Amino acid sequence: MSEITPDLVRHLANLARIDLTDAELLRFTEQLSVIVDSVAKISNIVDENTPATSHPIPLNNVFREDEIRPSLTQADALSGAPDSAQGRFKVAAILDEE
Amino acid sequence: MAKANLMDYEKAISLFEVVIGLEVHVELNTKTKMFCGCRNEFGEEPNTNVCPVCIGLPGSLPTVNKKAVESSISIGLALGCQIAPTGRFARKNYFYPDLAKNFQTSQYDEPIAFAGALDVEVPSGKVFTVQIERAHMEEDAGKLTHVGGATGRIQGAEYSLVDYNRAGVPLVEIVTKPVFGAGAEAPELAAAYVRSIREIVRALGVSDARMERGNVRCDANVSLRPIGQEKLGTRTETKNVNSLRSIERAVRYEIQRQAQILADGGTIIQETRHWHEDKGSTSSGRPKSDADDYRYFPEPDLVPVMPSNELIESLRAKLPENPADKRKRLAGEWGFAEMEFRDVVNAGLLDFIEEAVAAGAKPQAARKWYSGEIARIANSEDKDVSELNITPAQVAELANLVDAGKINDRIARTVLAEVLAGKGSPEEIVKAQGLEVVSDDGALIAAIDEALAKQPDVLEKIREGKLQAAGAVIGAVMQAMKGQADAARVRELVLERANQS
Repeated sequence: MSEITPDLVRHLANLARIDLTDAELLRFTEQLSVIVDSVAKISNIVDENTPATSHPIPLNNVFREDEIRPSLTQADALSGAPDSAQGRFKVAAILDEE
Repeated sequence: MAKANLMDYEKAISLFEVVIGLEVHVELNTKTKMFCGCRNEFGEEPNTNVCPVCIGLPGSLPTVNKKAVESSISIGLALGCQIAPTGRFARKNYFYPDLAKNFQTSQYDEPIAFAGALDVEVPSGKVFTVQIERAHMEEDAGKLTHVGGATGRIQGAEYSLVDYNRAGVPLVEIVTKPVFGAGAEAPELAAAYVRSIREIVRALGVSDARMERGNVRCDANVSLRPIGQEKLGTRTETKNVNSLRSIERAVRYEIQRQAQILADGGTIIQETRHWHEDKGSTSSGRPKSDADDYRYFPEPDLVPVMPSNELIESLRAKLPENPADKRKRLAGEWGFAEMEFRDVVNAGLLDFIEEAVAAGAKPQAARKWYSGEIARIANSEDKDVSELNITPAQVAELANLVDAGKINDRIARTVLAEVLAGKGSPEEIVKAQGLEVVSDDGALIAAIDEALAKQPDVLEKIREGKLQAAGAVIGAVMQAMKGQADAARVRELVLERANQS
């Protein structure tokens, strides 16, 4: 069994800025436990003949040359923003630090 | 906030062993950003170098800048690191509007370079080997402007404005292992280490390395442990200390602050602290907590970076000489006395002088200007020399104007002040303000004759061998010429006059 507890789910929800009711918290705790346990089964069939992979896609070294491509205009960049001022994205006061 | 009690520095060092750790962020000077083709350029109109990738629009996909990877490998090699045969990117998740994606694309468990070492010389001449833990690739964040607070600070701000031009600019973060044994020289070592990093990335040509623009930024970790104790003390991390001088001051301050708390029986809180250049102190930021629970996971949109041996070796072959070797070479080429050279290095003036020499200045003249008048002005304005409004090429121009006899030292200092005030280049200023010394002997002789008419006995005295009598005439002529005369030439002319008549 996994160690998914309501406290852990509450912590994760906080980090992800997701508001959960107590009922949701319990439901997700159960569901996440099932998911984690299911994934954990993979460990049971892995033996020393199974090489570790860091990425599921059989590709590496996909690069772009250091060449400038067109950017958006300032107006286009800001067009989807809820608010802007002085050519910048405007965000609510950030309560943090000090 | 109340100013912390500080223990006397010598006493702090006698009671505690200082352990420092440094994280240096280097902004690469690639043409484009790390994961998109937007221009990597400082000081442009806000949000004009942005695209769907770097403002985190849904469905956009990052692509890795090849040059940035090569630059990162070069930095790793220059720091004596091993280069990872396979490395990947990771998402560092956090909510803060300086990045629009809610995560920073970085590297976590597979940095591109690791296990290096750098020899760093401190002002006393002692050399410390700083072990490099890792160097990894990541992207810079956007720039926030806080509006509405009394001081433009985040506290009390009504709202914040975000410019994403810098978001996605390639960064290499270089992390040291804990550095032991520097003792009282820990602050100097911290500054000297960052100076070495700056020299290396500048020599590699991979970064503009201008600290005043944030191209090189340092976070300094400091902890103390009672001498003889094995267990490391709790550390604080002072963020964004952005000049070499501030690094030294910030580390020294943290040593004194922590020592007093520990001596009073208190405990150090593991936290981020902010350096205040104006007050010369640090203040508490947020404690390390949930906010540091970054839930790193492999970046699913990027494939592994697997540099070939051929690539690594070709980059290794192109490494410039390391800073220590370069110093030895320059010391020989410039012919400075050992103390002169060490002073230049310790004052952080080596690069400026090197650039001024490259721009045509004589080494001694460049040294004289930088360690004399320019350092004095920087000091009196409480600034770093790099923050002054004069380029090494302009210093070379100024020195050469003096060397060519076009202006004298006194006028040169006036010209320097005008350059710093943004009035133009030395040559432009000399021309515009008519400061060139009067080299027209006719004008000088006229002024000499006028002065002699008022002091008729001077020539007689000179003829009697009392050469110092010429001084009174030279003074009068210099005054008449408003200082714009070559005093040595005036003296020659006065002596000639005496011999003629």
